[in-house]
Amino acid sequence: MKTIKILGTGCARCKATIAVVEEVIAENGIDARVEKVEDIQDIMAYNVLSIPAIVVDEEVKMKGKVPSKDEVKALLQ
Amino acid sequence: MFAWIQHFADWLVYDLLSLEHGTHLAAALDFFVYDSIKILLLLFVVVFLMGVVNSYFPVERVRLLLTQRRLYGLEYLMASLFGVVTPFCSCSSVPLFIGFVRGGIPLGVTLAFLVTSPLVNEVAIGLFIGLFGLRITAVYVLSGVLLGTVSGMILQRLRLERFLTPWVQQLLAAGKGGGDGAEEAAPLSFPARLPQIWHDALDILKGVVPYVVAGIAVGGLMHGYVPEGFFERYLSADNLLAVPMAVLLAVPMYANASGILPVVQVLVAKGVPLGTAIAFMMGVVGLSLPEAMLLKKVMSLRLIGIFFGVVTLCIIISGYLFNMLLS
Repeated sequence: MKTIKILGTGCARCKATIAVVEEVIAENGIDARVEKVEDIQDIMAYNVLSIPAIVVDEEVKMKGKVPSKDEVKALLQ
Repeated sequence: MFAWIQHFADWLVYDLLSLEHGTHLAAALDFFVYDSIKILLLLFVVVFLMGVVNSYFPVERVRLLLTQRRLYGLEYLMASLFGVVTPFCSCSSVPLFIGFVRGGIPLGVTLAFLVTSPLVNEVAIGLFIGLFGLRITAVYVLSGVLLGTVSGMILQRLRLERFLTPWVQQLLAAGKGGGDGAEEAAPLSFPARLPQIWHDALDILKGVVPYVVAGIAVGGLMHGYVPEGFFERYLSADNLLAVPMAVLLAVPMYANASGILPVVQVLVAKGVPLGTAIAFMMGVVGLSLPEAMLLKKVMSLRLIGIFFGVVTLCIIISGYLFNMLLS
């Protein structure tokens, strides 16, 4: 099972990202757990400069934008 | 160049909807349709062009440039210019702040970036060209960049690192945070970058269109219904207190450039001096209570106070300069 973390302080774009990721997981039956990381100190542990960011199994895969469904799908392959 | 839009607006309002010439409603609607189309078109062009620049200078690269090159005092100007080409998102200002400072970029240089980024960016520039024309846009961009540069230099002088919150100071003491893995991705050719740039530009546009249209609608209403010279009585250029009053009123407020600019244009059309109006807009867009709340995570209240104070002062000064240069 993959662990997906969404780094974001609760802004509109962060929420949009969570929605896209959850949709892709549900639609494709991907075995993954989604976690929100909202505390700024925890976010900075991943050393990202822009949020929202997507972390898959502790690796930063995408940052600074709301991804499309296809992009998320590609990340989770 | 935009005559066809005016024709279209006239046709829509007077022929299709057959509103009467000379009524407030018709004038307001005509203005609204014309402005919306023209501004959204210009906005798209500028957002796309800035997207091209940004594609070659993502923030990770900017940080690398600012830390690795010796810039001999030009780093404030560089940071401020990078603030222009980086798309602004208020939610990223804290991660960016920490990432820069931890990467060894001086506090003042980081703040120069943070001041300019919301003031001068692809959305603000696109709207400025649409609403005020190229000359005033150039003056605005120049003064925004200078504002960030000068504020950053002043703030650096004040040695404010000790007023960062303790956990940020610990991060600094722990030494430089290295790269974040994907610092320099393989260089892509321009055609290979294009789909992403196009996608991002549409994304940015989608985000601001409601605000722009709402701003133009409010502007259109004021345009049709507020009499000429209405504001002049209160905010005339002779009134020396007008600029500081406008800025102090603006600082706690927040709206993004897309919503506030169409309204500012109508204020100017109705007699508010340009410098006063732009200083007001800078106060609204650049500094706000919500931003102060975000920054509280990394800065002590005292530092936020000093930061806001210095930037406010610089905005007031640039308001006076604008009024002198542009009247």
